Amino acid sequence: MSATVAERWVGKPIKRKEDPRLIMGRARYIDDISVTGQLWAAFVRSPEAHARIVSIDTSAAREYPGVQAVFTGKDLDLEAPLPMAWVPPGVEVKNPPHWAIAKDEVHHVGDPVALVIGSDRYSVVDAAAQVVVEYDPLPVVTDVEAALEDGADLVHQDLGTNKCHEWSLGGGDLEAGFAQADVIVERRVVNHRTAGAAIEPRGVLADYRAGSLTLTSSTQVPHFLRLFLALQLGISEDRVRAIAPEVGGGFGSKLQIYGEEIALAWASRKLERPIKWIETRSEGMLATHHGRDQVAYVRMGATRDGKITAFHVKILQDLGAYLMLLTPTIPSLGAFVMSGVYDIPAVQTDIVGVFTNKFATDAIRGAGRPEATHMIEVTIDQLAAELGMDRLELRRKNFIDPASFPHETAVGVTYDSGNYPGALDKLLEHFDPEAEKAAAPPGKLRGIGYSTYTEICGLAPSRVTGPSGFGLQTGLWESAMVRVHITGAVTVYTGTSPHGQGLETTMAQIVADKLGTTPDNVEVIHGDTGTGPQGLGTYGSRSTAVGAESVARATDKVVDKARRIVAHQLEAAVDDIELTGGKFSVKGSPDKGMTIGEIAGAAYIPENLPEGMEPGLEELSFYDPENFVFPFGAHACVVDVDPETGNVDIVRYVAVDDCGPAINPNLIDGQVHGGIVHAIGQALFERIHYDEDGQLITGTFVDYALPSAADVPSFELDRTETPSPVNSLGVKGVGEAGTIAASAAVTNAVIDALRPVGVNYMNMPLSPMRIWEAIQEAKS
Amino acid sequence: MAGSVRVSMTVNGTQQSAEVEPRLLLVHFLRETLGLTGTHVGCDTSNCGACTVHLNGEAVKSCTLLAAQADGAEIKTIEGMGQEGALHPLQEAFWEHHGLQCGYCTPGMIMASADLLQRNPKPSEQEVREALAGNLCRCTGYHNIVKAVMAAAES
Repeated sequence: MSATVAERWVGKPIKRKEDPRLIMGRARYIDDISVTGQLWAAFVRSPEAHARIVSIDTSAAREYPGVQAVFTGKDLDLEAPLPMAWVPPGVEVKNPPHWAIAKDEVHHVGDPVALVIGSDRYSVVDAAAQVVVEYDPLPVVTDVEAALEDGADLVHQDLGTNKCHEWSLGGGDLEAGFAQADVIVERRVVNHRTAGAAIEPRGVLADYRAGSLTLTSSTQVPHFLRLFLALQLGISEDRVRAIAPEVGGGFGSKLQIYGEEIALAWASRKLERPIKWIETRSEGMLATHHGRDQVAYVRMGATRDGKITAFHVKILQDLGAYLMLLTPTIPSLGAFVMSGVYDIPAVQTDIVGVFTNKFATDAIRGAGRPEATHMIEVTIDQLAAELGMDRLELRRKNFIDPASFPHETAVGVTYDSGNYPGALDKLLEHFDPEAEKAAAPPGKLRGIGYSTYTEICGLAPSRVTGPSGFGLQTGLWESAMVRVHITGAVTVYTGTSPHGQGLETTMAQIVADKLGTTPDNVEVIHGDTGTGPQGLGTYGSRSTAVGAESVARATDKVVDKARRIVAHQLEAAVDDIELTGGKFSVKGSPDKGMTIGEIAGAAYIPENLPEGMEPGLEELSFYDPENFVFPFGAHACVVDVDPETGNVDIVRYVAVDDCGPAINPNLIDGQVHGGIVHAIGQALFERIHYDEDGQLITGTFVDYALPSAADVPSFELDRTETPSPVNSLGVKGVGEAGTIAASAAVTNAVIDALRPVGVNYMNMPLSPMRIWEAIQEAKS
Repeated sequence: MAGSVRVSMTVNGTQQSAEVEPRLLLVHFLRETLGLTGTHVGCDTSNCGACTVHLNGEAVKSCTLLAAQADGAEIKTIEGMGQEGALHPLQEAFWEHHGLQCGYCTPGMIMASADLLQRNPKPSEQEVREALAGNLCRCTGYHNIVKAVMAAAES
């Protein structure tokens, strides 16, 4: 059964193990799962952005055919409001209570006010429409700058302010840096609100029976979900099982503990019936957390010859109405890397968190780091124009010296490894800026934009992020268990919870190499708290750098035991046992050896094991990284802008990314492609737009413009491979890299195109209308 | 909602018949009445195309049709495209070229691509991109989807 193979799998672009079930329509996402006796749920949501709830009349809904129960916020006797788990350290954060169903006041459109439970998915929606709610509207706050003015209307009256918190991270002498500067550029950089917009909507199936709760949810974090379900409902954690089934994309939007999860669990316990809820897209736009939404004031100072002396950023973060799991910390993640790839002696980020009558912002692909990169990279282009210097020359002049790694930045963050000039050199092997400029079609404005970036990911060293560090109320290690069955088949349990990343394949490649087997022989299990060890989920580009490293370490423990068994059976020294040709054999005698299947046989039928050795062949590892990892790269974007319509065409997009040694090059490229388009979406098309009354204008995919295949080009990708010293695999994350890099490359390209017509700066979204308006304004 | 209608259709070559609510969407008939959950719902507004199936040989968005409107029709879903060991060339190509990540949009993408290749067996890259403009993917950036469809057209 156990294959013997000499091949090495790491580094090979093998086809994914996940795909057969997905391409045949045989996967099981949340809406594909039902249980006998299941009821359906629908939420009644506020049409008001801010209002006092005067009354809720549920009588007509209760009488609607098939309805089993109607609950309001006052019925839900939960132990606590929804959780906010990560607070920037050393500051006071105002945290208004956020209940799964609003109790007295609603604070954004879509705030749930009642939960209707009925017998089928259609009639329960009809019944929800029968719930009559009387609202007393209150003043609405939608603009972060206006929200901070004296006398502004308040989102939460009892807080007396819309300011949630202030937090700063800086290093170096900012004043001296600006004093040394010959040139200072100042800009207002807007990073508008966007949606994660996973194509699978969220959904929950809560099944409480005989004292135990099983909750299946389209989530990135089943283990957190189990913990918070236990705390919210007052159930012992051992009696809660959370399952992430096949999950149809997350992008951070499913890194959350949502009110619908808690409310359904509560109602399932109350009614002792399984209950299912599937989000509609319009509900998702209202009540699945958003991302970005920062207004930043940036100042960058430099000497006349192009040495950056100081960088200061003040960010107003639109938090929305409530703090959810990580809400107040998102801009802080950007502050960690506000130096970008540059050696800047003084850097400071000041963050002000502001409440508005909108849904919460939280982690969306990149989470704070796309915003930071955008600020740095757009500002450095502005600085180059101010200095009359080539944009790439200015970047090169300030790149951190490749010889200086590990490199501690001004704010005290240590970058693990990098070679930023190397990535840019590689980019220019594929790309001749002058030839591109010369090839502009008649009537079009051609522009080129660059983004040279790094990011901080591989969340995360617990000593940095934990309670005594950065305030996260947990560690951020990851776990893995590797079980070799008696047949030599291997099951790997990971605490990560992949939802498209392909970890079942990459982890199998790593394990196969270490055990001398094939990836086909290695099954990776994830997303179920009822199997395997405790884990922490998939986000922050952590699943390879932290999750796969823990898999590698658990496998190493299996290998240690395997070698001791082989040494004992072959009467050789343990140190002489090595893996060659798919067999663990004695050095110099490759013919004499045992496959992992034969070793497993010996381990489970323990007739001839070393003295005192336990039978079996499975091991557990908990890996807590010493540092984050810092992927980097260089991107170039070529656009043609039609000055008559303001339309932007992306003509070419070339990207060089470095996430350390590739485990599966296909999967890395796929992550980069998707990441780039996510950021192109923000730069050109997507915007979560609330009007001044707090009404969501972009409430469906009709109005929220996700990029389609027709809107984007094919990409030209290359890689450099600079290993990280942080983990044994040398790997860095790649899930967010494309998104972190690309919005600045696109924006810089559009501004480059528009300079000849007098537009020297503009903010996203770079929609045709906004570009056309900017051109008209420049003309007049 | 009062009343019901009898609908009959051939789904993946099998005759199916059921008494359903007149307002039942075709996608829910396929998923819930027949248990064919490979067809997905992503948006409710005909934008995302996750629900794409073939009706009488043409791609349609099954979230925007009533089951009753498909009465008498021939329907093909992703489950009718290929099985283990006998995959459709598009399924093979999506697998080979890493044309999927989370897989949620994939059945709709494959059905829309099959419709394109029936009409235009050798499409250009731009024609593939235009033909798939009604199918949204958040994971892949479309690069490998386009590559997969072009490869399937070659095969």
